[in-house]
Amino acid sequence: MSVAASLRLFARNRLAAAGGVLLVVVVVIALLAPVLPLADPYAQDTANKFLRPFSDGHLLGTDHLGRDILSRLIWGTRLSLVVGLVASFGAAFFGSTIGIVAGYFGGRVDNWLMRGIDMLMAFPYILLALAIVAALGPGLVNALIAVSVVNIPFFARNIRGVTVTLAHKEFVDAARLAGMTDLRIMTSEILPNVLPVIVIAMSTTVGWMILETAGLSFLGLGSQPPVADLGSMLGEGRNALITDPHASIIPGLMIFVIVMSVNLMGDGIRDALDPRLRSGALTRPMARTTVDRDSVPEPPADPALLDLQDLRTEFRVGKRTLKALSGVTLQVRAGECLGLIGESGSGKSVTALSVMGLVASPPGVIAGGAVRYAGQEVLGAPFSELRKLRGDRISYIFQDPLATLHPLFTVGDQIVEAIQSHHAVPRAEARARALALLEAVRIPNADRRMDDFPHELSGGMRQRVGIAMALVNEPDLIIADEPTTALDVTVQAQILALLDDLRRERDVAILFITHDFGVVAQLCDRIAVMYAGRIVETGPTAEILAAPAHPYTRRLIACVPELGGGRRELHAIPGLPPAVDDLPDGCAFAPRCDKATEACRRGEIALEGFGPSRALRCLHPEIAPEEARA
Amino acid sequence: MASYILKRLLAAIPVILGITVIVFLIMSLIPGDPATAILGSYATPENVEKLNRDLGLDKPLFQQYFIWLGNMVQGDFGRSFSLNRPVLDEVLERFGATLILAGTSLVLCSILGILAGVISAARQYGAADKAITFVVLIGISIPSFFLGMMMILVFAVNLRWLPVSGMYAIYGGGDLPDLVRHLIMPATALAVVATGVIARLSRSAMLEVLRQDFIRTARAKGVRESRVVWRHALKAAMVSIIPVIGVQAGFVLSGAVYIETVFQWPGVGRMLVTAILTRDILLVQGGVVIVAACYVLFNLAVDVAQSLLDPRVKT
Repeated sequence: MSVAASLRLFARNRLAAAGGVLLVVVVVIALLAPVLPLADPYAQDTANKFLRPFSDGHLLGTDHLGRDILSRLIWGTRLSLVVGLVASFGAAFFGSTIGIVAGYFGGRVDNWLMRGIDMLMAFPYILLALAIVAALGPGLVNALIAVSVVNIPFFARNIRGVTVTLAHKEFVDAARLAGMTDLRIMTSEILPNVLPVIVIAMSTTVGWMILETAGLSFLGLGSQPPVADLGSMLGEGRNALITDPHASIIPGLMIFVIVMSVNLMGDGIRDALDPRLRSGALTRPMARTTVDRDSVPEPPADPALLDLQDLRTEFRVGKRTLKALSGVTLQVRAGECLGLIGESGSGKSVTALSVMGLVASPPGVIAGGAVRYAGQEVLGAPFSELRKLRGDRISYIFQDPLATLHPLFTVGDQIVEAIQSHHAVPRAEARARALALLEAVRIPNADRRMDDFPHELSGGMRQRVGIAMALVNEPDLIIADEPTTALDVTVQAQILALLDDLRRERDVAILFITHDFGVVAQLCDRIAVMYAGRIVETGPTAEILAAPAHPYTRRLIACVPELGGGRRELHAIPGLPPAVDDLPDGCAFAPRCDKATEACRRGEIALEGFGPSRALRCLHPEIAPEEARA
Repeated sequence: MASYILKRLLAAIPVILGITVIVFLIMSLIPGDPATAILGSYATPENVEKLNRDLGLDKPLFQQYFIWLGNMVQGDFGRSFSLNRPVLDEVLERFGATLILAGTSLVLCSILGILAGVISAARQYGAADKAITFVVLIGISIPSFFLGMMMILVFAVNLRWLPVSGMYAIYGGGDLPDLVRHLIMPATALAVVATGVIARLSRSAMLEVLRQDFIRTARAKGVRESRVVWRHALKAAMVSIIPVIGVQAGFVLSGAVYIETVFQWPGVGRMLVTAILTRDILLVQGGVVIVAACYVLFNLAVDVAQSLLDPRVKT
């Protein structure tokens, strides 16, 4: 992360910049107090007490002793800023020292020091400050010490955390081997590395400390008359709050302005340094993927259960557009299992999620094409209709069931919810149905498992729950996004067998996303092979496995090791899939293909019929169309 | 669960002991003769000597601590010289008033803060989010004691809607509606900063959770969006919100010291400030120890609540 980039980000944050400007103005005025033509802040003139603002010679009026409020405000601001800063430095110095020592030495030293810090943190902070002031006696310096001490734990904890990670780095070991003393290592090796953290911690606490010292002064425990910081001005003004409110409002607003400008700057600094904010990772996905397309394709002549037509899904991150899908067309017929296969990054999962508008958006956008369920366009439908399809007619099974099941709800409740989201059935009935489903997916002791939380189940059991949840509303189509990838091989086989049985029993269609030809061969009627956001070949499983026509398909099949297949070479495919924001013209596989010619690199290559039941996007197929039969 | 609570209670004992040690060490910083400090500078030499003996102040520091601790365990926190009554009685009476104020504030800031945070996150970058973010920014920057004073000016002095200060009306008060009328302003002023902090944290916790895979699963099931946000996401976000509420309780309790002073609320915070100004050391000492110990127990309750919410916490 470059300093320049952080600075730019900070400057672009208009609020933070405004806070910065405001703070600079306040600080400059406070610094200039001795040379400004101000009245004597201590000169009393009781005949002219509580003059209103804009009186002659007193721009902001006078206080209860007839002293000039403007002058006292500027001097008081100066005092408050100094006290806050000194307290902040004090806390930073002692806190960081404790943190570095604890983090560097570790072990017993760390243990004892941090126990002590924990004890300090067990107090509501003001009690500690009050106890210190009680012991030392009221006064500005004592209030400063109190506020400083109270903030030591914050620094100690933060700096210790950073130091612990540094203490085992190579450069520290090297310094130790070079015979440097511990003190030298801490001051010359560790300190420079934790300094930025100290500075950030100070920027976030200095406003707080200004407020706290002002607070103690407000209570009469800080600065003593006639000297006044902003807090004691406010405290003195309070006695005449009802009759002469200006004496309170003016110093109060000043504290507010200072604290707000410091907060604004602190936020700006934090945002500028938090890399997650820059990547946009902290945006939350909306309920459905944004659709931004010029036109909707005509419905197909022979609608299937699910039709994807020239589907284009993009990720728009800043000024970059990553085209994850550049025109995916495929069909799933009722009751069939279609395997969608490809390397990671080919767009399989994006295809799966696009169907029900579940691609995270932002940054995902469906930029073209259509999804038709039983002939009806889904992407443009109102959200309420899309929601009614989700989980009822078309349901999902996801890859990692630990992450995809809610950790704080029992599995029973999660299945019951899937039912009740679509059908107004009483809870008892829904529970009975959920239980029946858990038994159908062969979970032993299903009635007891209902009340388990996901983390209490094994990976295979969790995925069975995921399958039960997908089946519970008797959908027409299940979209299974690599449902076995996160599981052990033996468990994988069981889950696949289960899925195969269930789909035959219940006559449900499956769109099965995987990168594994072995899995496809076991389960799927047809295959669609995906490369760089497009379907490159599709047809019946047996035919394609026996005689792949696209060079990419052939290489992909060759990657699968066969048990007992003798000494067949494992052909890793040379090169890498293309970056989706920089797709080459023509065939995206051309750069990795040994049959590629000039023609492959020019213009669009269409997905065309190949033999009686297949389709292919290639100019130089591995086999002749007549051979395209199992 | 019972064994978990017991385990936590046992773990709280050393923390409370640590608190007494820290308070004791701080009080030993008092310059000069503590008995004079406690009795005031007009005390007779006989009284000073007697108190020194009673408190064991003629013994080494180490022994003094255990004498003090032993007395506290038996419920003897000494006598407040300025009020001439046992410290424990005074603190407990005042602490009740503080609990009413701080408890109301804590409930208020938790509910409002979480509401604001969830709405903000669900409408990220929308008009509601921007408005909430702006209000929160002002809220966390405004000193509570200043806000309290401004509220008195507006709502008590100008509009005459609410009483200026105190806990009950002097004549004819004392019932619940009277208490509520007196409670509205101080509890609100006290809650504002904590509301802002909780709103900010809830927003970022919600944004974090809404990106999780299990939220996508809920949507894929066809769960209504309002339920996705308020049930699925909020429940998971509460895991990180609850500890912050625990921390904010400390800040609310601290802020009560200012608010009690502004609104003349007869709580333990105002008692402590007065005690410091009158150098009533035993009252300060006892008040700090008792309130801090209660705060430790409150945090323990927060941990228990956390373990009830999240089954993954080892109990």
